[in-house]
Amino acid sequence: MGLKNTLHNLKEKYKGKKMAPAFNAIHTFLYLPNETTHSGSHVRAADDLKRTMNTVIMALIPVLIFGMFNAGYQHYSAINGFPADFSLLNDFLTWDNFLVGLTTVLPLVIVSYVIGLAVEFIFAVIKGHEVEEGYLVTGMLVPLIVPIDTPLWMLAIAVIFGVVIGKEVFGGTGMNILNPALTIRAFLFFAYPTWMSGDKVWVHEAVERAGTADAISGETILGQLAQNTDASYSISDMFFGFIPGSVGETSTFLILLGGLFLIFTKIASWRIMLSAVIGALTMGLIFNGVVSADWISEGSKFYGLMSFEFWQHLLVGGLAFGIVYMATDPVTGSQTNKGKWYYGFFIGFISVLIRVFNPAYPEGVFLAILLMNVFAPTIDHYVVQSNVKKRLKRSNKATA
Amino acid sequence: MSKDIRIKKGLNINLVGAAEQTTSKAVLSNVYAINLNDFHGIMPKMLVKEGATVKAGEPIFYNKDVEEMKFVSPVSGELVEIVRGARRRILTLKIRANKSGEVVEHSTLNLASASAEDVKSQLLMSGCWPFIKQRPYDVVANPNVAPKAIFVSGYTTAPLAANLDYVLQGKEKELQAAITALATLTSGQIHVSVGSSNSPLSGLSGVTEHKVAGPHPAGLVGTQINKIDPVNKGEVVWTVNAQDLVIIGELLLTGKFNPQRTIALAGSAVKSPKYYTTTIGSEISTFLYGSGVSIENFRVINGDVLTGSKTSPEGYLGFYNNTVTVIPEGDDYEFFGWNKPIFNKISSTRAMTFSWLNPKKKYDLNTNTNGEHRAFVVTGAYEKVFPLDIYPMQLLKACMIKDLDEMEQLGLYEVAPEDFALTEFICISKQPHQQIIREGLDLLQKEIG
Repeated sequence: MGLKNTLHNLKEKYKGKKMAPAFNAIHTFLYLPNETTHSGSHVRAADDLKRTMNTVIMALIPVLIFGMFNAGYQHYSAINGFPADFSLLNDFLTWDNFLVGLTTVLPLVIVSYVIGLAVEFIFAVIKGHEVEEGYLVTGMLVPLIVPIDTPLWMLAIAVIFGVVIGKEVFGGTGMNILNPALTIRAFLFFAYPTWMSGDKVWVHEAVERAGTADAISGETILGQLAQNTDASYSISDMFFGFIPGSVGETSTFLILLGGLFLIFTKIASWRIMLSAVIGALTMGLIFNGVVSADWISEGSKFYGLMSFEFWQHLLVGGLAFGIVYMATDPVTGSQTNKGKWYYGFFIGFISVLIRVFNPAYPEGVFLAILLMNVFAPTIDHYVVQSNVKKRLKRSNKATA
Repeated sequence: MSKDIRIKKGLNINLVGAAEQTTSKAVLSNVYAINLNDFHGIMPKMLVKEGATVKAGEPIFYNKDVEEMKFVSPVSGELVEIVRGARRRILTLKIRANKSGEVVEHSTLNLASASAEDVKSQLLMSGCWPFIKQRPYDVVANPNVAPKAIFVSGYTTAPLAANLDYVLQGKEKELQAAITALATLTSGQIHVSVGSSNSPLSGLSGVTEHKVAGPHPAGLVGTQINKIDPVNKGEVVWTVNAQDLVIIGELLLTGKFNPQRTIALAGSAVKSPKYYTTTIGSEISTFLYGSGVSIENFRVINGDVLTGSKTSPEGYLGFYNNTVTVIPEGDDYEFFGWNKPIFNKISSTRAMTFSWLNPKKKYDLNTNTNGEHRAFVVTGAYEKVFPLDIYPMQLLKACMIKDLDEMEQLGLYEVAPEDFALTEFICISKQPHQQIIREGLDLLQKEIG
């Protein structure tokens, strides 16, 4: 095969040179390398990191495509009003809707990948290590968790910040403490808060039209609840995702399918997902309990979110997306199986807590995950210590 | 007293090319070799010079740290070459066999009345001692420290490894003699694990017998130690390969060191995989070409595919090995190998890999790493194939950062590199687990002793 031999010869030529990692990254993208085992186990299982990351991307693709259609749907609905009797084919999966998504979402994807991978390649060349695959997933997550009209220059700056500070300074993929995609999201939120929240960024062109005669509203459900107005969407709209929100977070249904796929392929931890759901439900139930016990009045600024049915928290906002795709990041999450239960539970629990008590920005999931990222090593430490203590106890008994 | 061990975590790696249960006699080798890499950490001191004539069983070198520990020639002949590596370190000793067949004869021991000292000195001077290994550190046992127990695994679960029930048939007398002698060396018990009561190792007297069941690594002695009587800090256990008990037993009964063993020649690249009777140190070609190799580009492994060492047809049968595996080399590229569906390789996930559909299917795996070396990323996967009560990734990381306290606390004393062969096999980051553990053990031994 011509291409195979040409690339092989090029690889040999570049061996040891500075640009070798950059070349190898492209080469290994095309061909599984010819590396063989030397010692230890002479045969190896089929999976590698590329395959693992690729599986997560496969689980994200439906969400991305849905997000593109939804971008158009929300855009036109905001202008023309929601269609009276909604039909999936005629009102949602239309070429017009998709075109809006394509022109708004695709640039986000491209900027995220081009900028992020450029940073990765530069660091790989400088530090002389291979380009690791971590960014393949991060690059796909980023456009899915930002508001649709995020200016591309903002996204570019945030990506550079997130990859450099969130990952590369720690040593690259596998070494980072915080989830890079969420670091990027957090940077956007805290650096440009007026852009990232409120009721103007969730629907395409809402910002430009604000204050004009064509003004359209695009509040998220959480935004409405925080102002103690009732959510104006039906449960099935929320579940299937025909609601405003960040690009990929709206369709709980597709996220659920993606989550099941990740569990089935054994790529993501079902322990984290399950315990996070339990954690969110627990906190939701507590708040519902507070409302039904009449501890707060209807005038309270927390009333709207607290009285929101506990299980519906999972349908709105980024909670489901965060649980399935972000909390399960193995590098920044808890690494022990027991630790994963605690880690997941607190992500769900704290997400709903922040959501309710921070009406200014009612989306708590990314902060909850970042917070638990920081605590994950501590959780693991205590889990591992119990094993250490057991060993020590056995040892003392033996020598006593 | 018997205790059953049932392992759930693990993975059976089913490969094509299992040895058929017929035994041929291998052609006699011209040259025999002692490979010093087999004896990890031993500093050899030569007893004979290049060109000297030696008898079978005659000491050739001894352990610099324990002078009584002799290493002997497997055959009678001439020491033709001492192969040295960097800093004149001895790598291999080659002995050209002669026809004389002279054997060193030791006086036999009366096992019924022999003391621990008698047994010990007999094994040390006859060259049988190195068959006894110890944990911690997975090295040749230090004869000056009595073990709390001795472990023998009579159950193999490693891929394509020799079936002990088959190769030990009819050796009950030797096995019993070796066990009786070893029993004098420990105040504790001798734990023997068997797969079923049909095993020749079943029913020996003076042992605690355990029935083992489950996927690999159920048959590894490290797994059994962890389930029966784990090693604590400051304690030592000894392990002996079941097959080496036969050589020890024969020495005790006859006074002669007879390093013959039945080995399995297996692997997908072997035309007719089967068993051979041969001698430790024989050239691998003496039996390899008897069965034939079906492909050009192959790898010969001294041992099984998970823990063996790379060799060649011109190489020599290792001191501890009872299996020689030949599999295809995998030094070729695979177009889009990282994302296309995979049906012909084993996988511990279902990420477009389909080995989960048919767990009984046998695979023809080659030596390709199926991916590049990466930092540790995925978590929770090792635990599924690692039955020991140890956190594998945490221990590996402790070894990598050379944190002695953590290595100790997380259980490095209990493990040998082979215990990490399965985690290495499934490792998505393609980290060299066994090497990491070996280096960790060496460091711990150097610093703590």
